[in-house]
Amino acid sequence: MIQLRNIRKVYQTGFNRLEVLKGIDLDIQAGEFASIMGSSGSGKSTLLNIIGILDEYDKGDYHLDGTLIKELSQTAAAQYRNRFIGFVFQSFNLLPFKTALDNVALPLYYQKIERQKRQKMALEYLDMVGLADWAEHLPTQLSGGQQQRVAIARALITQPKVILADEPTGALDTKTSYEVMQLFKKVNQEGITVIIVTHEKDISDMTRRIIRLRDGMIEPESESGQIPATPSSAS
Amino acid sequence: MFNRDTWQEILTTIRRHKLRTVLTALGVFWGIFMLVILLGAGRGLENGVEYEFRDEAANTVWVRRGITSLPYNGLPKGRQVKFTNEDYDLLAEQFEGIEYLTGRYFLSGNTTVTYARKNLSFTIRAVHPDCRFIERNILQNGRYLNPTDIRECRKVAVIGDIVRKDLFGEQEAVGQEIRIGNIVYQVVGTFTDTGGDNEMRVIYIPISTAQKVYTGTNEVHQLMFATYDMELDEILNLQENIRATFARRHQFDPEDRKALYIFGTAEEFLKLNSLFASIRAFVWFVGLGSILSGVIGVSNIMLIIVKDRTREIGIRKALGATPFSIVSMVLQEAILITGLAGYLGLLAGVGAIRLLESVSVEYFRNPQVGLGVGLTATLVLVLAGALAGFWPALQAARINPIEAMRGL
Repeated sequence: MIQLRNIRKVYQTGFNRLEVLKGIDLDIQAGEFASIMGSSGSGKSTLLNIIGILDEYDKGDYHLDGTLIKELSQTAAAQYRNRFIGFVFQSFNLLPFKTALDNVALPLYYQKIERQKRQKMALEYLDMVGLADWAEHLPTQLSGGQQQRVAIARALITQPKVILADEPTGALDTKTSYEVMQLFKKVNQEGITVIIVTHEKDISDMTRRIIRLRDGMIEPESESGQIPATPSSAS
Repeated sequence: MFNRDTWQEILTTIRRHKLRTVLTALGVFWGIFMLVILLGAGRGLENGVEYEFRDEAANTVWVRRGITSLPYNGLPKGRQVKFTNEDYDLLAEQFEGIEYLTGRYFLSGNTTVTYARKNLSFTIRAVHPDCRFIERNILQNGRYLNPTDIRECRKVAVIGDIVRKDLFGEQEAVGQEIRIGNIVYQVVGTFTDTGGDNEMRVIYIPISTAQKVYTGTNEVHQLMFATYDMELDEILNLQENIRATFARRHQFDPEDRKALYIFGTAEEFLKLNSLFASIRAFVWFVGLGSILSGVIGVSNIMLIIVKDRTREIGIRKALGATPFSIVSMVLQEAILITGLAGYLGLLAGVGAIRLLESVSVEYFRNPQVGLGVGLTATLVLVLAGALAGFWPALQAARINPIEAMRGL
């Protein structure tokens, strides 16, 4: 589903040249449930932006579902995002002036689906995350967990191939975090590839594959559950 | 692009940002409102001044006699210059360019006007027939004075509409006899005048009759004429020629401005025209200023709108909004607000102008504003708003969603 070959990314700020990704090779198959871990500065956000077609890369190739994602126009990038990818964010990022239902329906607006059908589908997805009764509430009237579930429904409504979640539990307490992870698990069981960026070990432990990033490189992988010892002498 | 969904999106965001919307709208509203008021008021002033001067033909020249203030050819100063019928003939025969000419003779002594048992006082002017065109009298009934009246010194009178009403009421006036002082005149015509009530409180009688009946001289007190359509410098030239001729005839120094007064409306009209031009320039200057401040206001608000909505735009982009949809969303919102506010400003301005219309002040009349001007101004504001919004909108469309959502 996702195929990264020797992805490099450099940020140039003034005279400083910061190499964030130093040649990433990564394959994620359809239906995987993976997490990307790494400390801040490890490049995981940049990697996520590239996978999510929110940022460009300097070198290498990125294939998403067999399509080469490279040097796309903004419009084409937006269309791929809309069609392939569902985003879930740490801070939920619901539009505060729209009801839960309208928030969930928003991606369909950009697919030019007519309003009635949008609303009907949005209600189905809200029901799926257990929030059908909250459809007419504004985000501020919902708890953090509920907001994140609305956000997940919004990510799912376009029936994307991949769900990208950036620290989806970062703003939630442990119990709610686990509920949200259960939801991701359920989504994954329906065949959607789920990639979660996190720095919480207990969250990544709930995924089936852990990808570790360090200084712009992917560390050798091991199966989930067996965390490789971190080299203490790494410089 | 302009489907129901788009509008729904826009209306939702407008409702969400009431204060911001109201502020933007207010700037545009006020700009248009002030422009319309200014243009209307300027126009009203122009109409008012024109109205005050509407009574006389635009190219009327008065020739008035005076008293010499300079000695001339051995003659002392302080002599009264006197006009006679010969001066009238001189003007009529020797000067090109005079279209209508009349002398005037002012009656002295008892000029009480009597009909039946009514004794009233009116202005009596003894004139030549051309007076009708110079004063712009509009004949209502009967006829005006004619050359035969002058030649035969007939005792006939043409009366203004108010004179008619006061003396005769609903009765037919033409053919009746009235007394002016002790002389009986037959009313041969009635007229109205656009110059206001005072011009309709006038009785005109033949100048020759007045000269004969009241003093027995051929004296003329004043001369008035209207020129053909001439350029101002031609009229001034004519006036100077008349002055020189009269100076020779009446033995006074041509430089003696107090011996003879020649006064033409053309000069006045020229002054008025330049006054109007300044008023118009001022109105446009202030009006464009208020439009400009409206434009700047709109631009500022557009910057704020985009800044304010960075996060929202980031979210929308992550969800698949194309740059075009972002730009058009921001622009349509701007156009809707400025357009609506501009339209309301136009309506309010026109309404205020209507109110001003009922105000009756001298030199202010019929304020009006061309709808085209108002609409153009509104369009300019809307376009300016759109243009001002375009750049920030474009910037917004380039926002990196992740950075935008991390909340800046």
